[in-house]
Amino acid sequence: MDLLNALVALTNYVMIPAVAYGSQLALGALGVTMIYAVLRFSNFAHGDTMAFGTMVTILVTWWMQSMGINLGPLPTALLALPFGILGCMALLLFTDRVVYRFYREQKAKPVIFVMVSLGVMFMMNGLVRFIIGPGDQRFSDGERFIVSARDFKAMTGLREGLAFKTSQGITIITAVVVVAALFWFLNRTRTGKSMRAYSDNEDLALLSGINPERVVMYTWMIVAGLATIAGVLYGLDKSFKPFTYFQLLLPIFAAAIVGGLGNPIGAIAGGFVIAFSEVSITYAWKKILRYLMPENLEPDGLVQLLSTDYKFAVSFVILLIVLLFKPTGLFKGKSV
Amino acid sequence: MSGNPYQNDRGNKDASITSTSGRSTIEPGLKHSGEVKPVIGDSPFLVGDTMTGGYGKGPDILHECTIAVNPGEIAVIVGPNGAGKSTAMKAVFGMLNVRSGKVLLDGEDITNLSPQDRVVKGMGFVPQTSNIFTSLTVEENLEMGAFIRTDDIRNTMEQIYHLFPILKDKRNQAAGELSGGQRQQVAVGRALMTQPKVLMLDEPTAGVSPIVMDELFDRIIEVARTGIPILMVEQNARQALEIADKGYVLVQGRNAYTGTGKELLADPEVRKSFLGG
Repeated sequence: MDLLNALVALTNYVMIPAVAYGSQLALGALGVTMIYAVLRFSNFAHGDTMAFGTMVTILVTWWMQSMGINLGPLPTALLALPFGILGCMALLLFTDRVVYRFYREQKAKPVIFVMVSLGVMFMMNGLVRFIIGPGDQRFSDGERFIVSARDFKAMTGLREGLAFKTSQGITIITAVVVVAALFWFLNRTRTGKSMRAYSDNEDLALLSGINPERVVMYTWMIVAGLATIAGVLYGLDKSFKPFTYFQLLLPIFAAAIVGGLGNPIGAIAGGFVIAFSEVSITYAWKKILRYLMPENLEPDGLVQLLSTDYKFAVSFVILLIVLLFKPTGLFKGKSV
Repeated sequence: MSGNPYQNDRGNKDASITSTSGRSTIEPGLKHSGEVKPVIGDSPFLVGDTMTGGYGKGPDILHECTIAVNPGEIAVIVGPNGAGKSTAMKAVFGMLNVRSGKVLLDGEDITNLSPQDRVVKGMGFVPQTSNIFTSLTVEENLEMGAFIRTDDIRNTMEQIYHLFPILKDKRNQAAGELSGGQRQQVAVGRALMTQPKVLMLDEPTAGVSPIVMDELFDRIIEVARTGIPILMVEQNARQALEIADKGYVLVQGRNAYTGTGKELLADPEVRKSFLGG
């Protein structure tokens, strides 16, 4: 019974949150990796791109709520998501047109693009705060839980409850669907293959008649989709605050680099590695250990390795370790 | 690097933020097409006529260099290292600033066309290095070669598998895992997928063993027999001139000797200077 309780507590406090968070990071890291592979720079504006897409989704959600449109038990934001994606695509294509294209024409080195993306990041950051404000926004509605802790306890008679939030369920399902669709697109469609070809060898892609500007456009559009979906899922699961999204940049980059920059499978794996490390290192293990250890050995403290305030340190340390010992990442990426 | 601040290489080696693999080396200015003018009078099918030019704003590498090829012919460019053989090829393909002279294809002046538009016009080009998509499978490489085509490509692909049977066996393997000779076959196959009106090969036998080289030459002759004119740069001058209908010997970016393959092989000057006696 104790073992079962420990298992339930572990699932409730570590496994489920980490899987949901990992899916969100994976989607974010996929966007970063796509830009790195096709446009050949690390896009520092990615966190704020997520924030912008989410903001549009939130605004549309609020409008829908005021009109009385909803999805029943599911959050209305899912209905508003396509509008958020379209808004984000418009922003990214606009940014590409007025900013990045100029540097492509100059044949600027990738490091210049990185610095440019920093500038874009500040602009987007300001834009989002200007429109929706710097504060916390909640926009989730519908049924809160698929399985609530109380129901679970009543059902099983265990001392520990297991809660499975609707947002977590949606996150996991959406992530699986999106990743499957992305891989199908990249490996099976002509456009997807042309993006991989362009990523592999720009000149040869040109000699094969692949239009570079077209490839760049598709990349931004896909990235807009990935970023908005990741942002909305994160916002539903936690809450939306522009600064938090800006901070998400670190775990997302860590995930992309841990997995191997430029490698989509790596981005997904990296997302889960970062999420599991972050959650398990900042979790107070006392509860679980109490079930597993003999009574007289019960720990006095919380057995929390790191306060949640320091959770970004986890990404940092993993990033450092990977760059020092396996710079190409877990799956063979491009960073050396 | 030429004082352009956008191309300052500082900090650019950090691969955790920048990726430099597979970046374009063609100048962006050359990627935009100008107008195409019809040509009056007789001219060869493809000709780079008295071309003078160089890379970017750098010095001229080609000096009034002329290269031409007609249907059913194999034209070979030979010459010592650094003679501008590959450069001449790139100039014909629009990957170089041609400051004077012109490029004519099939009765049109295409001097101002971008490389990608020349592909649409029917030119197929196999560069000397990085001429395949290493991370794509063999079949995907061929598919990408046919990217500009909207019709059914299966027939052409079958023809290429017929020409290079080894590729059919390896169709689902990443092209980067193949041997040197097989890679060259993929590269030539990719260029043939557009069903080009003229095929340009930049040292197709570079870095392959003599046996594979003979086989590649055989295949190239086979392609030429189908009527596609072939313009080729070769290191192995003797062997290349033996199969050539037309030969160009370049020295320091200038036409030094021109003639049929047999004439050049028989020319004592050419023999002495380039063919080792």
